[in-house]
Amino acid sequence: MIDTNVYLSRWPFRRLEGDEPAQLVAKLREGKVVQAWAGSFEGILERDVAGVNNRLAETCHSFGEGMLIPFGTVNPKLPDWQEDVRRCHEEHKMPGIRLHPNYHGYKLDDSVFAELLKLATALGLIVQLALSMEDPRTQSPLMRVPAVELVALTSAVKGTPGLRLELLNCTAQIGREEYAAALATGDVSMDISMVEGVAGVARLVRQVPLSRLLFGSYYPFFYFESAVLKIEESGLDEVSQKAICVENARRLMPRT
Amino acid sequence: MKTLGAGGALALANAGARDNRGLGGDMRIWDQHAHLGSVPGDTPEERMGFLVKCMDRVGVERLILSQGYSDDRHPNPPEQFRLENDRVMRAVKAFPDRAYGSVYITPALPEFSLQELNRCVRDGPMVMIGEIEAEARCNVPGMDPIAEWAVANDVLVLQHEWLKAGGNEPTESTPFDVVELARRHPRLHIVCAHTGGNWELGIRTIRATKNVYCGLAGSDPTNGYVEMAVRELGAERVIFGSDVGGRSFASQLAKVEGAAISNSDKQLILGGNLRRLLTPVLRKKGYKI
Repeated sequence: MIDTNVYLSRWPFRRLEGDEPAQLVAKLREGKVVQAWAGSFEGILERDVAGVNNRLAETCHSFGEGMLIPFGTVNPKLPDWQEDVRRCHEEHKMPGIRLHPNYHGYKLDDSVFAELLKLATALGLIVQLALSMEDPRTQSPLMRVPAVELVALTSAVKGTPGLRLELLNCTAQIGREEYAAALATGDVSMDISMVEGVAGVARLVRQVPLSRLLFGSYYPFFYFESAVLKIEESGLDEVSQKAICVENARRLMPRT
Repeated sequence: MKTLGAGGALALANAGARDNRGLGGDMRIWDQHAHLGSVPGDTPEERMGFLVKCMDRVGVERLILSQGYSDDRHPNPPEQFRLENDRVMRAVKAFPDRAYGSVYITPALPEFSLQELNRCVRDGPMVMIGEIEAEARCNVPGMDPIAEWAVANDVLVLQHEWLKAGGNEPTESTPFDVVELARRHPRLHIVCAHTGGNWELGIRTIRATKNVYCGLAGSDPTNGYVEMAVRELGAERVIFGSDVGGRSFASQLAKVEGAAISNSDKQLILGGNLRRLLTPVLRKKGYKI
């Protein structure tokens, strides 16, 4: 199984079972995960994202014997963010980057977002876009962060031929039509970590192309078992399970 | 692919997966909080049939069904409540080994609610009260005759509540309201349906009021929820529920399956506590426990 959505380091508001890398790797191994695409909670709030990415790369190198694949943080509102993209690609040899527009203060119609997509695509990087980190109803009153507005994504994707984009944490605060429209725009996929409703993944398979659905647990913020049980509850056939749990991720990242 | 072929993810998605995760085959899972809303199907029987298929896939033995499936969250006049309760009773009648019914009422209409309690629970097949959600907060005086009826008849109450960061709806209860009611009726057994949603606050709110239980349903499967609940309340006060069909069984079961607690605590939370609390009414009706 390939888990396209895990996080390393510490969530600022809560200690999590699994926020130590050895613990995280053990849990993923227990869940039969052979590869996990890892971002960093630190990248959400810290402004020295180069330091964040150094630590992310080092942790992925030191734990899991190749299981952890680092996806570096890029905040295009920081000065000289292009250098962070370059280091992710050239120095850390990362296959992709992970973005958090709602925590970094830009919308998807911001010209800097289009510029970032173009640069990442030119370097062959996968772009992961985290749409939400926490239900806004349960956020700290000191830091209430609404989900990313997806409406402007279509034009940004259309303007970036060759872009490989995965939407993470696809919250129900965004409408199904918006997701369908986004996925129809280009090579855009989504993970299942926040898909809800009874047999929700089976419903999704009927609404969007199977090839665009990826297994993502959002561990350790969520209990890892949630995503596994969603597959189980949905009663998918073997072909669909393989596509979501392995093959679609392999297509998106064929070289690892 | 090698891992899958060797019985990895696909094995998890097959029957018997619960043993792989260490729950053991003797885990009897009862879901205290289920609805027919957002479930495919044109009739109560079809919707319940769909739920049963999903229950089988994840190992849920039985659920407690309430509220029918109207999109109207504020059913009034009372005929709408009757219709929803009738829908639940039809669904339960079609699958008597997989569901029990729970009566939908509102403290905004206490006289009607008492009639409906008698119709559906005393004289009918239902075994529980709630999820009470509509029209009024649960600390209003109109809730007192309902609580007295529940105590007199040994019936458990499921109360909707949240503690939303952006503020609740005007008639939406909070865990504080549940505590206020529970202190007025110390022999009442009442479950906070969502434990605030903001569970770190909800657990603290109900901690000192021993006749209030922590319901796990209807919030994201955030890591640490069940561990804190067991630490602060004891496993005996924590009750699994899903809030299907708006939620999945999966995300809600994961809270317990994934928690770093003992298997005996998981047994209590996933069904043991609910069966204990329902025992008086189930015995009275001659139902299976």
